[in-house]
Amino acid sequence: MRALNHKLVRDLWTLRGQAFAIALVIAAGIATFIMSLSTLESLRYTRETFYAEYRFAEVFANVTRAPESLADEIARLAGVDDVQTRISGQTRIDLPDFADPVMGLLLSIPDEGQPALNQLYVRAGRLPRSADEVLVSDAFAEAHALAPGDMLDAVVNGRKESFRIAGIGLAPDYIYQLGGGATFPDEERFALLWTPRTALATALDMEGAWNEVSLTLAAGAREQDVIERLDLLLDRYGGLGAYGREDQMSNRFLNEEFRQLEQIAGMVPIIFLAVAAFLLNVVITRLVGTEREQIATLKAFGYSNREVGYLYAKLVVAIVLFGIAGGIGLGIYLGKLLSDLYMGFYRFPYLHYVLSPATVFTAAGITAAAAAIGTVRAVRRGVTLPPAQAMRPETPPTFRASLLERLGIQRFMSQPTRMILRDLERRPAKALFSVAGIAAACAVIIFGTFFVDAIRRAVDIEFRFARSDDMTVLFSRPVSRSALYEAQSIDGVAYAEPFRSAAVTLRRGNVSYRTQIEGYRPGARLRRLVDADFRVVPIPPEGLLLNDYVAGLLGVEPGDVVTVEVMQGSQAVREFPVAGVIEQYLGSSGYMALDQLNRLVDEGEALNGLLMAIDPGKSAAVNARLEDMPWVAGVQDTEAALRNFNESVGEQILIFVVFASVFASAIAFGVIYNSARIALAERSRELASLRVLGYTRGEISYILLGQLALLTLVAIPLGFLLGRGLAFLMIDNTQTELFRIPLYIETETYATAGAIVLAASTLSALFVRRKLDHLDLIGVLKTRE
Amino acid sequence: MESATQTPVAPSRRGPERALVFEARRLEKVYEMGEVKVTALRGVDFRLFEGEFVVLLGASGSGKSTLLNILGGLDTATRGHVRYHAIDLTEADERALTEYRRHHVGFVFQFYNLIPSLTARENVAAVTEISEHPMAPEEALRLVGLGDRLDHFPTQLSGGEQQRVAIARAIAKRPAVLLCDEPTGALDMATGILVLAALAKVNQELGTATVVITHNSDIARMADRVVHLRDGQIAGEELNAEKTPPEELRW
Repeated sequence: MRALNHKLVRDLWTLRGQAFAIALVIAAGIATFIMSLSTLESLRYTRETFYAEYRFAEVFANVTRAPESLADEIARLAGVDDVQTRISGQTRIDLPDFADPVMGLLLSIPDEGQPALNQLYVRAGRLPRSADEVLVSDAFAEAHALAPGDMLDAVVNGRKESFRIAGIGLAPDYIYQLGGGATFPDEERFALLWTPRTALATALDMEGAWNEVSLTLAAGAREQDVIERLDLLLDRYGGLGAYGREDQMSNRFLNEEFRQLEQIAGMVPIIFLAVAAFLLNVVITRLVGTEREQIATLKAFGYSNREVGYLYAKLVVAIVLFGIAGGIGLGIYLGKLLSDLYMGFYRFPYLHYVLSPATVFTAAGITAAAAAIGTVRAVRRGVTLPPAQAMRPETPPTFRASLLERLGIQRFMSQPTRMILRDLERRPAKALFSVAGIAAACAVIIFGTFFVDAIRRAVDIEFRFARSDDMTVLFSRPVSRSALYEAQSIDGVAYAEPFRSAAVTLRRGNVSYRTQIEGYRPGARLRRLVDADFRVVPIPPEGLLLNDYVAGLLGVEPGDVVTVEVMQGSQAVREFPVAGVIEQYLGSSGYMALDQLNRLVDEGEALNGLLMAIDPGKSAAVNARLEDMPWVAGVQDTEAALRNFNESVGEQILIFVVFASVFASAIAFGVIYNSARIALAERSRELASLRVLGYTRGEISYILLGQLALLTLVAIPLGFLLGRGLAFLMIDNTQTELFRIPLYIETETYATAGAIVLAASTLSALFVRRKLDHLDLIGVLKTRE
Repeated sequence: MESATQTPVAPSRRGPERALVFEARRLEKVYEMGEVKVTALRGVDFRLFEGEFVVLLGASGSGKSTLLNILGGLDTATRGHVRYHAIDLTEADERALTEYRRHHVGFVFQFYNLIPSLTARENVAAVTEISEHPMAPEEALRLVGLGDRLDHFPTQLSGGEQQRVAIARAIAKRPAVLLCDEPTGALDMATGILVLAALAKVNQELGTATVVITHNSDIARMADRVVHLRDGQIAGEELNAEKTPPEELRW
């Protein structure tokens, strides 16, 4: 078949425009797939490596205060391998040229060398050695341009102290750095400070004691058994309940974020690839369809169906390979780029970029299968006709007046318009495929970009509607109501409302969920909880409010009873009815009346913080006053929190959206251009004949491009619907305890998708128009038809 | 000159040395085109002998192309039988028909049906590469007088040249039978004569049994035998006592 190989190469060259467009569609699908999955794989692998190399512990527990000697007892527990205790304490950091309050967490490390577990990665400088030295978390250092040697003022246990930054680093137990009470990491306003143990013990009055322990499990030990033994031992020391990695905050949030990323980064490319595969299938079918006569000729000369099929398969493989190779290359390049960007969000010391062969083979396999099915279908259709029949032009189909004409408006239609309508009506399958292809392209654009709208919507609801406080004050320890009065007396505080929170495990049947319950006064004005229709749900005097995510997780509805196990203070286990289910996009606390929560925890009337409305222009002054109050651990500015949210989660998803929308546009163009080119190939004789009969270029362009325009206009609204459907499918799978995406698509997003599709159509039309201007009129006279 | 010129009128009077190539009996063909049924052949009996040059003459729609396509295994009959030597084409499956076309039949079409992306030489090679004892593409092209146009693409050739490439392509595999559907239909007279001369030359030099269908009764004068088709039936048959060389034909 050497001669036919020449044909292959030359056909490929003739088809280069279309081949390029097809390859573009494939490359976009594959690149998205590889980019997303390799980013995920890399993040996962990097985390695992970091955990292993820096000895991330497996079980963790916090106590109020436990003696040094207890560490040995813990080490002797069955199933325990290594043990590391430490002291932790809240602090407030003063930065000379940063007005907002900054919260800090002090963590002890051994006076000499690395801890046994949760070791530090030192990015710059060295480990602290003396009492006034600290190692600062790198995110914070980066946000404030701090370097080893710089000084840092902090309020420790009510006393102002000056620390010298010995080094900058990070640790496996604080990859996700969440300050107390914050919903999202805020690298500007939250710092981790590691400092030698003896000095910290003195500063926090913890000599000979510790309040945090972490350990690793001996080979074969069951985590749950060890946790139970540990709880038994720690109970006397104010233990809050030991937990495994699964509930370790940094790890848990990373898991959640990775899961969400996986949903987005997993579903988008699969849908992209599916759409690309579908379009590839359609395009190939039609492309091979235009070769009908040549297939018949080859058959007439004794080529078997298999040989003909093989020939076209090679043509398709050549195009597809080009796309696959391009897609893989682009995917790897962008995967590295994206992984690097994500490194900015997740605090890993290094990044291992990994791309598993399985990912590449899956992407290539799906594409190749789609192309193969398309080819087989098309060739089969080409070869099932007896060659004698296939070589003749297709039997003129039985046209009839189109529906619109039968409605009696034909006198308003020119002959070309009738041609368009009749052609569409007679070949509905072809029209349907074109419409489906264009609609899919449009849907992919919406699907790839709607996140931005959805996130804005979530932010609007959460930060502007549900919260009307200007400032959230967090206490370093539960304090009495006097703090509320004190805060209210500050000049500039218009109104203040107290809240408290308690760590709990919610249980319903076999399902349990570890979270916290926030207590507010019934009739709270600064915190508004809303239902699915955005109606305000007041805090009930009795019973528990859960958001839809937690309610769904536990499988409860209003009226059902949930068991609440308090993980602190009273350690009480009580049952509460679910008073209502609220709609919430951020967080997953439960809510109840403040009094009820106080009774449950049984630590008297203790408050964890305040929500405050501040008079305009007074927030700096209020901040300054709050800094002097010993029980204030930190202050959260609502506006700053919003900014921070947009910068962290918002940007994370945005990066992805930018790539997705570029690829979606490429797919749209590839599809539409091919539809137009194939329509041209199918009808060029007919159009050339019309030119011979005296039709102008414009008139024949109208017949072909008018049809394309009509199909595009029909396809766009369908694409809107399809896009919304895909978005629904996707968000249904991306809900996490941290953050949930609402199904919300702005009109502008639809408009943009429509505009991109129209632009792709126009561009394709221009290309095709150029071809139409050079139709071979003589050729059509010389040969048949 | 071969003995073909002296063949008697009726096939029954042929000598035993002339083997039968085709024998078609009571062929019927009905096309269903949407709601319409078109009967193209209504009980056709037809025979073709080795080395014979037969012209099938008939108006457009008389069924001659249908008959040719069925003989060539490009189409199947609705009823009746066709035998090619020992093979019953009406019973043959797709694979057998492909084999048959590959090794035994050469086709020439009215519109040449060359592969536009292949040169003259490559168009012939596309067929010789899959046959058993082909001649070289160059030899086939020299036989039809195109030895100097080997590397031209179809668009660089005149209609007559294209048709001669098609003939070279058809005969290069040394088929037992050459089937030509209006080979001069798209050509002017002078060019048509060149093409017909090429066909006659192949028939004489290679002894390939040849069937040419045409609506041009002048061409019939170069045949051994002329079969008239009308309305899907054989309307008559005659032997040419003396064949006119193509070069002397006029129309």
